[in-house]
Amino acid sequence: MIDYFAKHSDMLMSAFLEHLQIVFITLIISIVLAAVISYLLLKSKKATNITVNIFSQIYSIPSLALFALLIPLLGLGNKTAIPVLVLYNQYLLIRNIMTGMQQVDRSLLEAGTGMGMNKWQLVTKVQVPLAMPSIIAGIRLAIISTTGIATIAATINAGGLGKILLSGLRTMNTYKIAWGTILSVIIALVADMVLKLLEKKTKATKLNEI
Amino acid sequence: MIAVELKNVNKQFKGQTTPALDNVSVQIEEGEFVTVLGSSGCGKTTLIKMLNRLYEADSGEIFLFGKNIKEQNPVELRRKIGYVIQQIGLFPHMTVKANIATIPKILKWDKKRIDKETDRMLRLVQLEPDEFRDRYPAQLSGGQQQRIGLARALICDPRIMLLDEPFGAIDAINREILQNELKAIHQKSGRTYLFVTHDIREALKLGTKVIIMNEGKILQYDTPENIINNPANEFVENLIRTAELKGGA
Repeated sequence: MIDYFAKHSDMLMSAFLEHLQIVFITLIISIVLAAVISYLLLKSKKATNITVNIFSQIYSIPSLALFALLIPLLGLGNKTAIPVLVLYNQYLLIRNIMTGMQQVDRSLLEAGTGMGMNKWQLVTKVQVPLAMPSIIAGIRLAIISTTGIATIAATINAGGLGKILLSGLRTMNTYKIAWGTILSVIIALVADMVLKLLEKKTKATKLNEI
Repeated sequence: MIAVELKNVNKQFKGQTTPALDNVSVQIEEGEFVTVLGSSGCGKTTLIKMLNRLYEADSGEIFLFGKNIKEQNPVELRRKIGYVIQQIGLFPHMTVKANIATIPKILKWDKKRIDKETDRMLRLVQLEPDEFRDRYPAQLSGGQQQRIGLARALICDPRIMLLDEPFGAIDAINREILQNELKAIHQKSGRTYLFVTHDIREALKLGTKVIIMNEGKILQYDTPENIINNPANEFVENLIRTAELKGGA
């Protein structure tokens, strides 16, 4: 097992880095997009419900089917993989951002508005900081989900650890399958741990008891 | 000088059959401590929320120090008005100091000035700066929290303070103490206060003038003495009698 890694470390590490890259780019685009959409949704609870509903429907489409659907439009490789992964993340992120924002006590918003904060200041200084635990929980879910679904993107030639897993399956190479699995689990676990820590920290500042 | 003037102000909320404010006109002199008294739903909260444009009037005009508030940017307008609410609304993720300095920070006061003024405000509301500055709201009692609420509203030295049942959720002993302190702060500042309450004894004790409201109308606007001695109508008379009964018991 270790021998296999030593022998093929170049291939494994480049797949690992490729995978990390896909997850990272997806995450950045997803967060920016979800933040913009959420900001626009702040005004209307109804629009929020409709939007979250639509994204939850999209989320329930099997990834292989969605990849296949978009290939004629966007072609093979990352050009299709990343948009699909971003689309899936919107459900997880927007749902968590909006839940967090809506849970902020209304009297805080009244106090803030009444003392002369404008809408942007209210969002950035009050709503977002208080919604942070919920937002980070959403990002955590998005990373885990992206890491998993990105392996399937190898079927449309997007590279990453999915490539190792697929070729392992084709050639019945257990080592390959095992290493592909271990490395993607490492991405998910490390990201999960880091964000859990962040989540705890944002909660701690809020309830800083004596 | 006239601090607050309402001219034939009307307000009706969607889905309600009776107006929240029914053709209200009133003039308030600068420096008064006006308590606005009435039962829930009488329009007293609506009245003060119109002054900082949290609500907009359907018709009529409102002037603060001679300027029509409709012609002012609502955010700018609110920064010149102190606002305190019953739920207090301290930001739980910010320290006491950060809470008090919310608007000064937005106005980009320099750090020295913010430090000095937040400490001065803490002393004004009888809290020791060194002890309370870095605490979070969750570490304070209800009474202490509302003191911070007051400090936060007072730091920009607003010419008008709007207080919406600020002591409504505070226990009787602390309420009494806070009432006395607020009265002293008002007297020293010479600013104009509008204080909403449904507690008649609080209204008569604090107010240099009292507005009595019912069903969206102002029934009487006068000094506490005149209201007790010459109630404008039966409603006011009954209201006074309930207070005296409670007081004598």
